[in-house]
Amino acid sequence: MVTTSPAALTEAHIWQLLEEVSDPEVPVLSILDLGIVRAVAVAGEQVSVTITPTYSGCPAMSAIATDIRLRLLAEGYTKLTIHNQLSPAWTTDWMSPAGRAKLEEYGIAPPIDGTATGHVLNLFGQDTAVRCPLCKSTHTHLVSQFGSTACKALYQCDDCREPFDYFKCHA
Amino acid sequence: MSVPQPEIAVAPAATANPLFPFVLQLADTSLILAHRLSEWCGHGPVLEQDLALANIALDLLGEARSYYQYAAELEGQGRTEDDLAYLRPAVEYRNPLLVEQPNGDFAHTIVRQFLFDNFHYQLLKGLKEGPDARLASIAEKSLKEATYHLKWSSEWMIRLGDGTAESRQRLDKAIAKLWRFAGELTTPTTTETQLQELGLVPDYAALLPAMQAHLAHVLAEATVPEPATPFAQLGGKSGRHSEHLGYLLTELQYMQRTYPGLTW
Repeated sequence: MVTTSPAALTEAHIWQLLEEVSDPEVPVLSILDLGIVRAVAVAGEQVSVTITPTYSGCPAMSAIATDIRLRLLAEGYTKLTIHNQLSPAWTTDWMSPAGRAKLEEYGIAPPIDGTATGHVLNLFGQDTAVRCPLCKSTHTHLVSQFGSTACKALYQCDDCREPFDYFKCHA
Repeated sequence: MSVPQPEIAVAPAATANPLFPFVLQLADTSLILAHRLSEWCGHGPVLEQDLALANIALDLLGEARSYYQYAAELEGQGRTEDDLAYLRPAVEYRNPLLVEQPNGDFAHTIVRQFLFDNFHYQLLKGLKEGPDARLASIAEKSLKEATYHLKWSSEWMIRLGDGTAESRQRLDKAIAKLWRFAGELTTPTTTETQLQELGLVPDYAALLPAMQAHLAHVLAEATVPEPATPFAQLGGKSGRHSEHLGYLLTELQYMQRTYPGLTW
């Protein structure tokens, strides 16, 4: 027999609501897809949500905190604390498979695990075989490690010639 | 009857927490360089590099905010991160001279960035393993970003050095102008020495071999002979700045100085 406490039910409800909060820069992704919600805790009426930034200077973080607050407030959760946690540092490994599929459909190549820029002596190296989100060719090249937002790199497809964003592997 | 108390070394009352001035120095360093890089926004040589400069500026600004928030807590005098960034005069800033140097041309910006990144990367690696949990977590976060920065500035050192006659001449000029500011990064102040003795700050001498190895590798690829400059211009970390910092702060602090207490 499974007993479910009111706190556990509330917690499950909050996770559901957080699924509806999207990243302002990549609206196709929920903050759960991105892996930036690290914990939800409920104690009586007190709710605490722990989030972690993708990049130190990501301007979306304060917008995300506000969106979480508004979404939970609308459901009557008034006693809310949002914690910002730096360690363990965010990694694209935490991005959900659903999130990766949504990214590609949206036109952004999802991160390829295990290809992080970890070796500073590997100069002029690039992530291997990033697939063009439009024509699906892997015949692509890196234009710049820095893209339209901190989390993306600029690529171009050598087959369909389209430039595209790659959500770079950050591990 | 009284029990004799063991002797406890007490830090001077004025600086309740010995980490405060060091964390503030880290914050100032990242903020000032972030501001310099942000001056490129919309003026980069090509769109992709304009974006790169702005990206790096943003990473450093984020890092600076984490340090300022921590510094404000360590100080415990009610000052906030904004008070520390916006309401201190130039003489109270503790950033090394290198990061306040003007952007100059793209080659100057690259040399300044490379010298900083080569130090910053190793420093963060050291802080990440350090005993202070908060500093370690900020360093863990920023190290991932600093890796991109060092890769980027290293590649540009090579492109400019081993590029055209024009790019090489500009790089040589920038090196001649900025190399003297590199030594300050790894020359500890009295505060840094004390913290190093307590094991709270990495020993800079221990960072040097890795820094030197990367420097030698990049300069060799760039076909640039290593500059022989034993002279290191010091001062910034002790509050003795070049005239450039005042102008920079005038712009950075303008809004808070003109409309005190303004919030968005």
